[in-house]
Amino acid sequence: MLSSLAWDWSIDGWIILTGILCAVSASLLGNFLVLRRMSMLGDAISHAVLPGLVAAFFISHNPQSLTMFVGAALVGALTALFTDWIRKAGQVDEGASIGVVFTSLFALGLLMIHWVADRVDLDPNCVLFGSIEMTPFDQLTILGAEVPKTVVVLSVVSLLNCGFIVVFYKELKISSFDPASATAGGFNATLIHYVHMILVAVTAVAAFESVGSILVVAMFIVPPAAAYLLTDRLAYMIILSVLLASVSAVLGHIGAISVPGWFGFRSTTTAGMMALSAGLVFFLAAMFSPKHGYVVKVWQRRLLNWQILSDDLVALLYRIQAGDRVIAPRIRELAKLLLSDTYSLWLVSNWLRWKGQVIIETGHLRLTEDGVSKARKLVRSHRLWEQYLAAFASLDTERIHDKAEQLEHFTNRELRDQLASATDLPDVDPHGSLIPPEEE
Amino acid sequence: MSLMANWSWNVQNPEADWLAWLYDYNSRLVIIGAILLGGAAGTIGCFTLLRKRALLGDAISHATLPGIAIAFILANHFGFSGKSPVWLLLGATLAGLLGIAAILAIRKLTRLKEDAALGIVLSVFFGLGVALLGIVQQIEGGNAAGLESYIYGKTAAMSRFDVQLIGVVGLLGIAGCILFFKEAKLLCFDEAFAASRGLPTTWLDVGLMALVVSVTIVGLQAVGLILIIALLVIPAAAARFWTDQLASMSCIAAFIGAASGGIGAIISATFAQMPSGPTIVLVCTLLFLLSMTWGAKRGIAIRAIRRQRFNRSISRQHLLRAVYELGETTTGLSAANAELGGGFSQDLPRQSVSFDEVLRKRSWTKHQLSRVARWAQRQELIELIGDEIRLTKRGMLKAKEITRQHRLWELYLITHAEVATTRVDRDADAIEHVLEPEVIAELEQLLQGTPGELPDSPHLLEVVSADVTDTTVNERGS
Repeated sequence: MLSSLAWDWSIDGWIILTGILCAVSASLLGNFLVLRRMSMLGDAISHAVLPGLVAAFFISHNPQSLTMFVGAALVGALTALFTDWIRKAGQVDEGASIGVVFTSLFALGLLMIHWVADRVDLDPNCVLFGSIEMTPFDQLTILGAEVPKTVVVLSVVSLLNCGFIVVFYKELKISSFDPASATAGGFNATLIHYVHMILVAVTAVAAFESVGSILVVAMFIVPPAAAYLLTDRLAYMIILSVLLASVSAVLGHIGAISVPGWFGFRSTTTAGMMALSAGLVFFLAAMFSPKHGYVVKVWQRRLLNWQILSDDLVALLYRIQAGDRVIAPRIRELAKLLLSDTYSLWLVSNWLRWKGQVIIETGHLRLTEDGVSKARKLVRSHRLWEQYLAAFASLDTERIHDKAEQLEHFTNRELRDQLASATDLPDVDPHGSLIPPEEE
Repeated sequence: MSLMANWSWNVQNPEADWLAWLYDYNSRLVIIGAILLGGAAGTIGCFTLLRKRALLGDAISHATLPGIAIAFILANHFGFSGKSPVWLLLGATLAGLLGIAAILAIRKLTRLKEDAALGIVLSVFFGLGVALLGIVQQIEGGNAAGLESYIYGKTAAMSRFDVQLIGVVGLLGIAGCILFFKEAKLLCFDEAFAASRGLPTTWLDVGLMALVVSVTIVGLQAVGLILIIALLVIPAAAARFWTDQLASMSCIAAFIGAASGGIGAIISATFAQMPSGPTIVLVCTLLFLLSMTWGAKRGIAIRAIRRQRFNRSISRQHLLRAVYELGETTTGLSAANAELGGGFSQDLPRQSVSFDEVLRKRSWTKHQLSRVARWAQRQELIELIGDEIRLTKRGMLKAKEITRQHRLWELYLITHAEVATTRVDRDADAIEHVLEPEVIAELEQLLQGTPGELPDSPHLLEVVSADVTDTTVNERGS
């Protein structure tokens, strides 16, 4: 299979570089689209530049002329402007006003493509999906080196976007997190908004030839969204989004060449695979982000549950051994008492055995010396809390048990001492049970 | 022009072009399909619009692409005809539902908001679809399978099956909306209340989204996956300008959708250079712009006219009161005036004041005043005699009423809101125009006044007359 992976650095290298530049320039701006909850405006602008593109293309007959960028910037600004106008003057919900504007402009664009089709060679497929595979063949000579045109254009756009973020970092930050204070802060938030939107349009145009005007949306939104799940700091988020975007671009190209081969096909569109691998990166971030990942959160909750179950088990065994409860300390019976399933309890008791706090003899659990000392602390915490709650929070005697049951797991030596001294070093809890001493 | 050449109708007849669609079976089919689709999308779009989910259709329609491609690949692999729309639509539906599930999961499990969830699902699914299309093209016959028609739409090539499908799904969707109208209404306007009433809001939401998915999918072939969004959003947004009632809004949206479908399809059948999908959308946009300006409830022009009318009536009322109060302070100034006002009882104040006096009382420019005076004159509230403004009989009654409202409010502010006497004039100025009769009655009761009687002004009225340049104060106590 790998033999079909025909890799040629002079071609694939350029494709990957184009993809990376495309992804980086888009995701730089995308951070602020995601943070300002305007992702769909990014989508709208990348659809809506179509009429601008066609008009400019018709005038200049050159997909990389400055006219293209001017046309796109104009339409981009107009999209933002129309959306704003319909939302404010017509009192229409923001989503709907975006929907009205971009579908109309897109329809206009399709109509224009149809009109100029016999005079201008502009394939709508090319505009929508791009043809990154073709980019290495259209080269410019810069400083004696043959460089694809797209790479040059995208580098310039990347630098432009980078410059925009560096120069207006503070303003962008404030207007992303606190738009009201941005207005109060005295700088022109509206102006920054429109510059941002114009840059979005320019980036969409620069990228349309390589990843297409729709797939550039993936680069605008997905890597920043993934970065947003990985960090809470704006600067890190921007850097991370750029890294993730580059990774998706590389993965995308490798995937486009190799994945279809597994099913016996030739390579497929790199742009599509780039969007897909960005999605994959996002999925991984959403699942395994150390702070906000879903799997991580579930796992942490599960660990905490086991921790608490092990505490409860030790305390229960202590009470059984002290003769407070008469029951055979077998896993099945214990599980029923602790309202847990046998599997979790089996897992927890083996963990405790591994830590040397419990021994299991012929299916019966027994605390070791270590276990007894741990249990004594837990039971002491529990009964001290009961005493404290009864004395100071004036809770009913029936209700203090549940509260103490929760609090005992988060009580350390220091807190226990404070509780004891606050309740005048009691010997028994409100139920009349003996409060065990800290040390035997 | 190739389309025209295909028509059996006599092309030499110049009028034929305009009515050709009437006689051509295929054109009629397309027009009926477009009307049905527009109507159904308009109705359902209303609910998503009010639910603030207008762009959900955007995400769903993009998300269907991989489903279409996979369905084609699988159908081909197992030896079915990949071109059969049944398989493709089934794939599209499954992918659309998966897209919705992904949107809901992202919103629920991560801290990202709705917009990012839509954007991620839209672009990643579409990316997968594009990648799969790259593979489809390598399958024998994949190039000619017309999968691209799902992206751009091929309205002109709509088949009988497509129209039937649109008809059935559209009618089912509309029936669903009517059947669950009350529940859907509650869901749109007050979700928390709906939940507290014991309605299964989650299932209603899912049902609504399923309707969006089904309309999107049957519309894919008609106008393409990007332009179907337009039919889901634009008619509903346009209908919002005409009414505040959900029921009439959905009817209007259905009408606008159907109208743009019909008109667009007819235009496209008549002019070869107008492809149907974009034409339908642009007709829809045109209707939206018309609604936005002229909509009876929220249209921009209507609102502007209403505001202007209100402003004019306020200015008129200000003028009337100014004239009345000026007359009040300088009763019987000239014999000529008394003579002119012969028709009125003697205790009425002087009825005629000069422009200059009014100018000094209100902060109007000469130009503004003459404009206001003209409006008032047109309504026969005042007469203009040279430089003098004189209240007509109607004007006098009206002026008295306004002044009364003004003073009642002033008195109310002084006695009950403890506002300083010197400030009440300005405060009352703003509210006197919008006092309802019930409020006036209540004020009278509060202040123990007799209905119809005009109380004296609680503060000093400035006396200005044409020949007294410096302002003197005439105290009028009660």
